[in-house]
Amino acid sequence: MKKLSILFTAALLAGTAFAASARAGDELTVTSWGGSYSESQRKAYYEPYMAAGNKITEAEYNGEVAKIKAMVEANAITWDVIDVDTATALQGCAEGALETIDWAKLGLDRSKFIGAELMECAVPTIVYGTVFGYDTSKLAEGPTTINDFFDLAKFPGKRGIQKNPTVNLEWALIADGVDAKDVYTTLSTPEGVDRAFKKLDTIKSEIVFWEAGAQAPQLLADGQVVMVSAWNGRLQTAIDKDKKPFKIIWDHQGLDWDWWAITKGTPKIEEAYRFVAFASGVGPQAEQTKYIAYGPANKDAIPGIEPATLPNLPTAPDNLKTAFNVDPQFWADHGDELKERFNAWLAK
Amino acid sequence: MTDDVMRTADGTPLKVKLRQAERREVRRAFLLIAPLFLFIVVSFLIPIVVMLKNAFYDPDIVNNLPQTTELLRQWDGKALPSEEVFAAFAADLKTASKARTVALVGKRLNYEIPTLKSKVTVTARKLDKIEAGPWTEAVISADPIWKDVFTWAVVKRAGSAVTPYYLLSALDLRQGTDGGIERTPEERRIYLQVLGRTLGISLLVTLCTLVLGYPVAFMLATLPQRTASILMIFVLLPFWTSLLVRTTAWTILLQDGGVVAQFLHITGITWISNVLGFMSGEPQLFKTRFATVLAMTHIQLPFTLLPIYSVMKTISPTYMRAAKSLGATPFHAFRTVYVPQTMPGVAAGCLLTFILCLGYFITPALVGGGSDNMIAGFIDTAMNNEGNWGKSSALGFVLLTATLILYYVYNRLIGIDKMKLG
Repeated sequence: MKKLSILFTAALLAGTAFAASARAGDELTVTSWGGSYSESQRKAYYEPYMAAGNKITEAEYNGEVAKIKAMVEANAITWDVIDVDTATALQGCAEGALETIDWAKLGLDRSKFIGAELMECAVPTIVYGTVFGYDTSKLAEGPTTINDFFDLAKFPGKRGIQKNPTVNLEWALIADGVDAKDVYTTLSTPEGVDRAFKKLDTIKSEIVFWEAGAQAPQLLADGQVVMVSAWNGRLQTAIDKDKKPFKIIWDHQGLDWDWWAITKGTPKIEEAYRFVAFASGVGPQAEQTKYIAYGPANKDAIPGIEPATLPNLPTAPDNLKTAFNVDPQFWADHGDELKERFNAWLAK
Repeated sequence: MTDDVMRTADGTPLKVKLRQAERREVRRAFLLIAPLFLFIVVSFLIPIVVMLKNAFYDPDIVNNLPQTTELLRQWDGKALPSEEVFAAFAADLKTASKARTVALVGKRLNYEIPTLKSKVTVTARKLDKIEAGPWTEAVISADPIWKDVFTWAVVKRAGSAVTPYYLLSALDLRQGTDGGIERTPEERRIYLQVLGRTLGISLLVTLCTLVLGYPVAFMLATLPQRTASILMIFVLLPFWTSLLVRTTAWTILLQDGGVVAQFLHITGITWISNVLGFMSGEPQLFKTRFATVLAMTHIQLPFTLLPIYSVMKTISPTYMRAAKSLGATPFHAFRTVYVPQTMPGVAAGCLLTFILCLGYFITPALVGGGSDNMIAGFIDTAMNNEGNWGKSSALGFVLLTATLILYYVYNRLIGIDKMKLG
């Protein structure tokens, strides 16, 4: 009995010590999307930053803005800096969950960052494309356009898509014959939304969903799907690093950003600014392209990219031919109801 | 000391002393259960109450549009509100935009009139630049939706902190333009279906665990102790394995081109897939209802089996012998003498499994398809993904109510007091 109580006390003490150390000092918690993307950030940002005597704890999420809001509302901030997508940045900003960025404090030139003028509460970090890919060892004659993604007769088999309406609805309309530049005007009407869902209905029986970015190349590698939508860097890493025989189809890729945001009310705001400034610098931004094929948001970093990597970036001229920009304002305005309808649709 | 009251050594009446002792006992008993009681209150009762509150209570509009909601209370809802209301609305929006809460107003109103989110934001942005009225024109020129009486009816409705909105939407209902209750549009109608699906899957899994578990429990209870102990380990081993690990194991077994699919392919047992109603050609096992029920049955089996087993252990073999010696066939004896005695264990095991099944969401999400998502998955999506806590609370409320109703019916039919865990 005595032994047990000693053990218990020890465990309790260890528990408190651990909890204390996790939040002690100037340790900054940086949250990102996991998988190969977090890996690239670790190598390009976290490790050099830590080598300079700083400390970083990593956390992972799948873009759940509600978690950030809950943290801010409960005033229990455990994520100091967060890698957010555009919709999260806009929503988090509008609902007061993210700090307004003071560019003077960052010491960076806002005009050097692609898209920086669009956002008050976040600093652009990378430009990525939502593309789709297939396994060349399974399909000799692979798909070439987004129409093929929706063509079950020509390419039978499962399709993996993200459990999120963004890009999926745009693709559905484009495959249904809507011109890429009219996609958002069409989606702004109830008939346009119906039309997109009707197109998605045609492949619904063959749809498999992914939630975490790392699941997309995994579905393809496991042979669970014949083609999968993915963030281009995830597929490229699978090709380069894991030597997978995947092919990326750039047709009508959806271009979007990832951003660094600082959680509103974090006690480590100074430290957070220091980290974001470091990670947005020319050196680390160019360095990241070695590990994942995303375009750096800092224009000055572009000359530092290895020539072999350039054609794999979503911003390469060849890849941009039919690309469209994912409209942040549209998704900020309609994201809520479309997400709800999308979730209802997939559960039917 | 002349009365005949019995006294203790120090002279206090025995009755008083006894009562003191009793009180001390009660106090001690209370102190002993106090940690658990407090734990339950803090970790269980309070969260449930907060959750229930969130399903009905949403003060976002009344907090952020205080003057407007106050004035709208007197509005009859027939014609457009007065200039006074518009002025108050403009003033409220100006305050809200300074406090960065316009988005909250928009988000709440957007639930009832999609597109209102952006319209509120745009209106607030335009009003920020206007210093003086008349406000009716200013607001309407910012966006014509404010000319619509229904918009104001929604603002008025949402302006009451206690709202039926979330609960109605969890039941696929909404308040229409005239305030009457109507069903939500077809493409958004999902929650009743999901609730039915949750109950259906839970019932099916419960039945499967009973059919599979009962004979095993019988065997374990009747075999010699030594053999039974060894076999028991086979029941308990998976029980000690994490739910996620077991679900992932099913993923590996069932996925396309996985172990089971290959086995079926090699042995040519395609009739299994035909019987199970899959498409012709390659059998589809993964991401189906079948996979969901299979994995859940596997996980829940010990929960049904163990209470049955422990009840069976207490049944004396002499009853069966007596029945047989009186001329009953073994089957008849089993059916009329043995099975009724195991019912308390069956009732307990089935109830345990059924209620645990209602809350599943990881397993259906991993091995099931989109149409196998259960209500807990939707609660999670509403909470973490959509950030709609009102809705997730309302769905939780619906699930809790449905469970309590079923529990009540179960109690009336079988009787909770007859249940035995061993």
